[in-house]
Formats: sequence, structure tokens, C-alpha cells
Amino acid sequence: MGKLNSTLRRLLEWVDARFPLSALWRRHFSEYYVPRNLNFWYIFGALALLMLVLQVVTGIFLAMHYKPDASINASGVPVAFASVEVIMRDVPWGWLIRYLHSTGASVFFVVVYLHVFCSLLYGSYRKPRELVWLLGVLIFMCLMAVAFSGYVLSWGQMSYWGAQVIMNLFSTIPVVGPDLAIWLRGDSVVGDATLGRCFAMHVIAVPLVLIGLVMLHVVALRQVGANNPDGVEFRKMKDGNTGIPFHPYYTVKLILGLALFLLPFSAIVFFMPEFGGYFLEYNNFIPADPLHMPEFVAPMWYFSPFYSILRAVTPDFVIVPGLAVTVFFFWVIAISRSSIKFFAALLWLLAMLGFYFIDAGFWGSVAMVGSVLVWGGLPWLDHSPVRSIRYKGFYAKLALAFFVASFLVLGYLGMQPPTCLLTLISQAGTVVYFAFFLLMPVYTRMDKCKTEPERQVA
Amino acid sequence: MSRLLIVLAFIPLVAFAGGGVALLDKAPDKSADMGALQNGARLYVDYCLGCHSVSHLRYGRLRDIGLSEAQIIGNSQSPGGKQREPMHSADARLSVGSVAPDLSLITRARSSELGSGADWLYTYLRSFYRDENRPTGWNNSVVENTGMPHVLWELQGELVMDDNQGLKLVKPGRPKPEEYDTIVSDLTAFLSYAAEPAASDRKWWGYVVLVGLSVFLVLAYALKREFWKDIH
Repeated sequence: MGKLNSTLRRLLEWVDARFPLSALWRRHFSEYYVPRNLNFWYIFGALALLMLVLQVVTGIFLAMHYKPDASINASGVPVAFASVEVIMRDVPWGWLIRYLHSTGASVFFVVVYLHVFCSLLYGSYRKPRELVWLLGVLIFMCLMAVAFSGYVLSWGQMSYWGAQVIMNLFSTIPVVGPDLAIWLRGDSVVGDATLGRCFAMHVIAVPLVLIGLVMLHVVALRQVGANNPDGVEFRKMKDGNTGIPFHPYYTVKLILGLALFLLPFSAIVFFMPEFGGYFLEYNNFIPADPLHMPEFVAPMWYFSPFYSILRAVTPDFVIVPGLAVTVFFFWVIAISRSSIKFFAALLWLLAMLGFYFIDAGFWGSVAMVGSVLVWGGLPWLDHSPVRSIRYKGFYAKLALAFFVASFLVLGYLGMQPPTCLLTLISQAGTVVYFAFFLLMPVYTRMDKCKTEPERQVA
Repeated sequence: MSRLLIVLAFIPLVAFAGGGVALLDKAPDKSADMGALQNGARLYVDYCLGCHSVSHLRYGRLRDIGLSEAQIIGNSQSPGGKQREPMHSADARLSVGSVAPDLSLITRARSSELGSGADWLYTYLRSFYRDENRPTGWNNSVVENTGMPHVLWELQGELVMDDNQGLKLVKPGRPKPEEYDTIVSDLTAFLSYAAEPAASDRKWWGYVVLVGLSVFLVLAYALKREFWKDIH
């Protein structure tokens, strides 16, 4: 045993002389000091990383058997759709790999939404973590792209018509839209060319960027250190050393979290992989048919809040962003110098002309994209003197509660066929959603916050 | 252009006519009953395969429900010895008006908030009634104005719809009515199997994995407690 140990030590010395292996381990695990009061909410970052690894590994095996081919086989079924069924039936353990991947996609979003919620609770996006946050927003956008392109690959009715709806959004862009849509689809309708594009995006282009961004996200986090539920930098604490090393304390805690997470995850994979039609939609078991549009095309649940925002922008509703823009520019004109006043007035006029002349469908797409982009502004919108919800005042708590409610309501409505009343509710939800961000500089300044503890409460 | 396409896409839907909301009967779970699955496979070949393919179901998956090679070959041949297969799509369009859908995944595709796809199929196949206004002479209370004729009519007999929208048996079929329910449930069980042959394997492994993870959970908790007892 002693001999083996000394051999291993010499091997490690050999490697360390050529590559900073021990230094990396110390920097990222054994001597990476983290606050000791990280709670339940802090597990979702690590779980998101786990889901990424799971999706990559299962995805590799799926790509071995999947065929991105929209042509019709001898039985009248598109080859792509049939190849998924071959994986489900005739590839050994193919059903498990496919269900892990399909459940993994939805659970990835669950985990990421909870990860983001943790940042909202404890103000993890605030200075000095702006870059961690911005990289996170970019990761989320990649995740949306990879989920959308992957969903098209199963080539069922929902895949096909969902792709049709999303690709048609591009054609609402003034002037270049219709040509851009054809360039993206590779055809006038979603077809074989689109499927090939989605395959390339899903298996290589987006994941490559995604993995790079995740690495940058972690590197940036290591630079500034983890936030904690008190929102007070533990490095500024009075006794100076309340941090504990990541390894072994948080590694063992993560192992426990992993066990707690894998139990419900496996229960879904093995006992209800369709999850009531939310993780695998029933209509998607019907092969894509360009001649039969389903009565109602619903997006996957994780896109539905954004889809709701898209649909909420009806021609009548455009007056709401019109008013908001007007108020904003009046404020700018009131406070700024005369040369800027002129440009502001010009921009306001252009915006008004745009709202008046360009189709509401375009503004719906702008609102949908904006509803994701606006997250990036969060570090500069929050002017609260404290970070954590524990010490924030009433307005911030109320705003967060309203925001979460609007997100859930928009999510529900996005999966329902639109009616007059539901559209009205989704418009109210859209206003609340954007108000949470855009009014943040106002209500966080007005808030009466509690004083933060000078040092962390252990 | 896209608007035109969407309008065009709706036309077949109108011709198809969606079904009204009907309460679905619960299909008995026969997923572990090899006899029922085999009987369902035989019924499928005898009554359904003339129009409906099950293209995703391969030979090996029929072996899995205990059918021998001789049975599979013998069953799938018509009395003349010709291998049975669905009619060509051109013939189907001429005689029935549309190509009958492939049924490999029908019990998954027909799932809804009303019930599982198996419930839907089990109810649908027991809800045909006489309707002289339809080209086939049959209508269905689950899918109103269905294009499919009642191919199992010899087995079920003839039902008519009374004034309260209820179905009444007016001319019994060869087997007794309860036997017809068994026949349909066997056929449903076979198609549920065809929709996901791995389903029973999946559940079996599910129990194994959950037990394994529970043990892992206990160990992980003990490990965490051991390390964290020094902190605080």
C-alpha cells in the first residue's frame, strides 16, 4: 500500500511539473472557500451542470441512431420520426437513453428556472457578479435555441407546426423578414432543409457555444466567489474567516442533493416519461404532416411564458408600449441638455411611427425577445442598498411575488388556446412582467430596507 | 404566402371533422397478459391490417410477446398464402376516401386529459352505431362522422343511437356482449404494447433504480452528516 502511494505521489509530481493539476484542484475545490450558510437554493447550479453532462452524453448516443431526414419511408412515415421509434424499440436501451434525454430537457429548464430564482432571491446578479449574470443570460438563450432545435428533430406534428410558427416570426420583420425566413428555413415551408439545419444547430453549433459559456460562467464565479443568502460578502466579515472549503463540505452536500434530485427524476423517466403530455406531447406521437395543421399549436411548457408575451401583443395592445416609450422619452427630454432633447424627440417620433405602421406581430416578436434580453439589465436596474430578499423592503418583495405570479400565469396561458378573456389576462401578465424590470430603479430606491448584519449569521 | 398556407392547412381539418367530447371507458390493463397480447395480435392481423399498418413494430417485438416464428408467419398470411399487408394508398383513397393511419403509436397519440390513449381506443371500438346517412352505414359516438367502417360488426352486432344519445344493441353479434369487450380489450392491449414495447421493462427497471437510489440517499445523508458535524 505504501509503495502504491509513493508511486501515485511521484506520478502526481510528474504531472504537476508539466500541468497545474494540484493547483487546479486546490483553486476550484479543496481551497476554494465558500460561505458556510449556502442553503437549498444553491444546489441548482450544480444540478444544471449535471443536466448539461447528461444531455451531452445521452445526446451522443441518440445522434448515433437518429436520422435527420424528412423524406417519407416505404410505410409512409418520415424517416426522422421513424428513426426515433427505432431508438425507442430496437436499439438496446434506446428507450432509456431517449427518455433520459427528453425528460432531461424539461428538467434542465426546471433546474435553470430555480437557479435563476435563487439569484433573484439573494441578489446574486449585483456588483461584482455582473459578468457571471450576463454570461448566465447568454447561457439561457443558448439553452432556448438548443431546446427549440432539438424539439424539431423528433419531427412529430407539434415539432413541425411549432417550427412553422417560430420560423414565421422572422417573416414579420419589416423589409428583410420574408427573405430572412426563407434563408433560415431553407425553403418556403418547414421541410427537409429546416430539419438538417436544426440537426446541425442542435448537435454541434449551439452546444459548442453553450459549453464555452458555461466554462466562462464558472471561471467568472470563481473570480468573485459565491454569493450567499445574507447577500453580505463573507470576505468582508469581521472575523475574516467564515468561509469553508468547497471540498469536502459542499461536495458531500452536493452528493446528498444529487440523491434527492435523482429520485424524482428517475421516477419520471421510468414511470411517467410523458409527464401528462408536458414532457412528451401526445400530438407529437403523430408524424409531421404538412397538410394537417393541428387545431391548436402549443409550445413546450418551458417556452410558454415567452410565447404568451408574443401572443399578448395584439394591434390594440401596441398602445401600451407606445405609452411607456412616451413616458420614458418625456422624462429624458425633461432632464437632459438641449442637444440631447432634440435626439430624444426624434427617437420618440421614430418609435411612434414604428408602432403605428409596423404590424403588431413584429412588436410581439420584439416583446418576446425583449422579455429575455431584459434579464441582462438586472444588475443595473436594481438600486437597492441591500442584496438579499432577507433585508429588502416591502416593495421589492411585492414586486418579486407579482413577477413570479405573472411568469406562472403567462406559462399556463401560453399552453391554452387564446380567448378574449385569456388574451386580456396575458396582456396584464406581460405588463407585470416588464414592470418588474423597468420600474425596478424606482421601487428599489423607494424601499425601506432592513440593515444587513455586519457579519454573516452562522 | 404563409397566411395562404395556413388557410390551406385548415381545409383537410374541416373535411376530417373533429370528434365531440365523450366520456371514455377505462381499458383493462392487460400489459402482462401474454395470452391477451397474442390474441390481440391475431385479431389485428385478421381485422385491422388490411388497412392500417403498424410499421414501427418489428418481427423481434412479436417474438417478445411469446409468438413463435411459425405463428407469426402463419398468422400474417391470408388463406391464399399471400403475405398480408395494408392496401396501397391509391386504393385506399379510392375506396375509403383517405389512407388509414399507421397504428403503431395510436394509444400514445390519443392520450388526452379525458383518459389514456388505450381508454380512447377501447371506447372508440365499442361505440360504432348504425347511421344510414353515412357512406359506410356506420357512425361513432367517440369520433363523430368517423371515416372508418365498423369492421368488427360481426363480433359486436349492431347498435343504434337512441334519443338520449345512448347506444343500444339491437342485433347481437356472434359472441356475447361481454366477450366483445374482452376482444376489444385484447386488441387494445396489443396496440398499447405496439406503441411502447419497452414499457414493462421500463417499469421493472424503475423499481430497481428507485431502490438503488434510496440506498444511495441513506449513504449520502450519513456522509454529509459525518462531515458537517464539525461546522456551526
